[in-house]
Amino acid sequence: MPPIVWRAGRRRPALTGVPAGTIIAFILSTRSLLPWLVAALTAGASGLAGLPAAAQDHPVEYERADIERGAQLYDEFCSACHGDDGDAVPGVNLMSGQFRFATTDQNLRRIMTRGIPGSGMPPGTYSDADQIALVAYVRNMRDYDGGVVTLGDAGRGRAIYEGKGDCASCHRVAGRGSRSGPDLTAIGSVRGAGSMRETLLDPTGNMLPHNRPLRAVTRGGEVITGRRLNEDTYTVQIFDEQERLMSLDKADLQELTPVADSPMPSYAETLSETELADLLAYLVTLRGLVTQ
Amino acid sequence: MRRPLTALLALAAAMLLPPAPAGAQVTWERLVNAADEPHNWLTYSGTFDSQRHSALDRITLDNVGDLEMKWVFQSQTSHNFQATPLVVDGIMYLTQPPNDVVALDARTGRVFWIYEHVPSPDARPCCGFTNRGLAIAGDTLLMGTVDAMVVAVDARSGGPLWETQLADPSYAYAITHAPLVVKDKVIVGTSGGDMGIRGFIAALDIHTGEEAWRFYTIPAPGEPGSETWERCTPEMEHCDPDAWQTGGAAVWLTGSYDPETNLTFWGIGNPGPDYAWYQRPGDNLYASSVVALNADTGELAWHFQFTPGDRYDYDAVQIPVLVDLDVNGSTVKAMLWANRNGFFYILDRVTGRFLNGRPYTRINWAEGLDDSGRPIQTPQGPDNPTYPGKQGGTNWYSPSYSASTGLMYFSTWENYATVFDSAPVEYVPGQPYTGSRNRSPVRGVPEPPPVGRGHINTWTADVGSGSVLAFNPRTGEKVWQWETYDVMNSGILTTATDLLFVGGREGYFQALDARSGDLLWRAVTGGNTLAAPITYEAAGRQFVAIAAGHSLFVFGLRE
Repeated sequence: MPPIVWRAGRRRPALTGVPAGTIIAFILSTRSLLPWLVAALTAGASGLAGLPAAAQDHPVEYERADIERGAQLYDEFCSACHGDDGDAVPGVNLMSGQFRFATTDQNLRRIMTRGIPGSGMPPGTYSDADQIALVAYVRNMRDYDGGVVTLGDAGRGRAIYEGKGDCASCHRVAGRGSRSGPDLTAIGSVRGAGSMRETLLDPTGNMLPHNRPLRAVTRGGEVITGRRLNEDTYTVQIFDEQERLMSLDKADLQELTPVADSPMPSYAETLSETELADLLAYLVTLRGLVTQ
Repeated sequence: MRRPLTALLALAAAMLLPPAPAGAQVTWERLVNAADEPHNWLTYSGTFDSQRHSALDRITLDNVGDLEMKWVFQSQTSHNFQATPLVVDGIMYLTQPPNDVVALDARTGRVFWIYEHVPSPDARPCCGFTNRGLAIAGDTLLMGTVDAMVVAVDARSGGPLWETQLADPSYAYAITHAPLVVKDKVIVGTSGGDMGIRGFIAALDIHTGEEAWRFYTIPAPGEPGSETWERCTPEMEHCDPDAWQTGGAAVWLTGSYDPETNLTFWGIGNPGPDYAWYQRPGDNLYASSVVALNADTGELAWHFQFTPGDRYDYDAVQIPVLVDLDVNGSTVKAMLWANRNGFFYILDRVTGRFLNGRPYTRINWAEGLDDSGRPIQTPQGPDNPTYPGKQGGTNWYSPSYSASTGLMYFSTWENYATVFDSAPVEYVPGQPYTGSRNRSPVRGVPEPPPVGRGHINTWTADVGSGSVLAFNPRTGEKVWQWETYDVMNSGILTTATDLLFVGGREGYFQALDARSGDLLWRAVTGGNTLAAPITYEAAGRQFVAIAAGHSLFVFGLRE
């Protein structure tokens, strides 16, 4: 039987046969734009451990040792489905502290041990100590990694947000402010103070990849810039600078490129350390709508 | 127009005669010669060689733009819907999770009956209540269950015939793939390779459910291959002397069968714990291998291990594609294999000999293959991204080989890496046993999960994209690559008219030109594709069916 001989190395251009409408997708899919530079999402503050966790109807202090043990258990038993950041299951964001089927720690322990029938969540066998540790970690995963961040006065921070910082000219909290930047109503539920501090000091270096603005140019020459809300092989959905929801067919575009620079200014020079601490103290209080 | 005689006869029969009765006897001869009745889809991969290539030719390059949706079956489940249907003489047989068998009119989608198997509350399937489909033999439908049973159901009445418990589901044994019928036996394997099972493949009598043979995918101490689960020495930190008992090597995708040699071929999953490789030193046979078994006895004829001592969860859970290749005037009885580890392989399916191999995507876990096909491994450690990442360059998504173009087609993940890290892990029955501390190489961006993530995608641009790749096994060349924005987990179908059908995560179902990769047609299903398309004829019309989201969508030509 003859062996099969392949010529070495020669490759056809990868674009051969790619329909015109997907060339842009190819350009985006070969990106290596910032990948290794983009810094911490999860950096947070162990200094926050005393704050009540979101959606917790009773303030609970968790032991640091439990949180650390829980982090190990989470890596082993939970992260395969829930992801390192607790957001890999559609519709579930463990870091948000809000759970569809659980409000109390006891609820959480029941779900961990019994699973959720009819979903992908399996029952698990954990000792009481491990259940406590897992709950402690899930309640604190937002703030677990990273160093200590000093928090100031939230009331003064709010004044900076609305005044000197001019944050509301781009961001929105509970229906007030501009829509052009990410909505911050629940920012304190999904990002730790450390990560937010990094972003305030170096917005471009710490811009999460999914927040990078896009620049689209239609075949007619119209330039549309805004945030990418969604994208697939054929289309892209953008919230543009005029606050319009735009759904664009890639076949109608002559250019679609991510913008590397954040539109947000750095506050490294404009705010003092005290003012930064105050602003952060305000931001960490933003944990979703306050139920009337 | 070229049209096989058998298809013409079938067409004549469909036009002149009343529909055949439900569940007409599917004899062994019909299964072996399934390619001769392309109006039906009789096995998971269409034919025993698993080429997923249909001779049907009513839908062509010229009229594919006239495809429209004919009917939809909305499953009553919130689980992942991964089922590939069977079609037998106008009747479609489908599963819906966890373990219902549904019989429908293949022309209209109207349901005849539903058989419901309620899994034991002890079931601990690792990765959801998944079922990928059925096998049929005679008038008997065969299904594996998430509580590790094989269930036989009467294809006419929908009534139960027998059920056999193969393993203890509380230890995470589960059967998720479509069984394979060979002669008077039904062959299945067990899932659970990420939860500390000891994998096996078993054959049961199709009439009684009695177990005929069992092949353990991890040899017991003293058996050939057991030396690849190395004996622990004091300097081997974390080494588990009983690693083979919880070593995984699951089987969760349907095998192939070669009537000439009476060999059945199965891809075997990863060793466990998946990432804490130091707990199971050695090559860990037959994990991440393909095994060739005598279909009558279960005796091992040969094996080939793609990823020795696999520390990346690369598995070898792909469909073995059997192709007779003409090379320089001789026929090579080949097995084509685009492996999750990023290499494309050609094996001699009679002997298991390695014939050639080459990366089809970016890899850095190995610098190449030696003359025997063994990878020269270059571990990247916990500080660097490893390409491909843990979901691999491809995965369980069924490939297709077109006898018409001579090309192999498969779905790939591109520009995709994982930072592999691990921690020692203690075995707890029925619990994940992976040792994972893996992470995405891009901070702030999660890794793409194995089975999709809903409607919003603003993140895979940074961590991976997808493609359909057309690969020439005779030259080792990529002929074309059709790129998608999201990563790809759809199976593929090709037809004699050089059409290629494929779904995707983004909710589209597409037809490409199999020679050029040009997009010819697409429809919106609104759901992620985790299964593979099939084509069949009913009432003289050709249909193409694909499961997406939680529904089965069926397309046909506008009339």
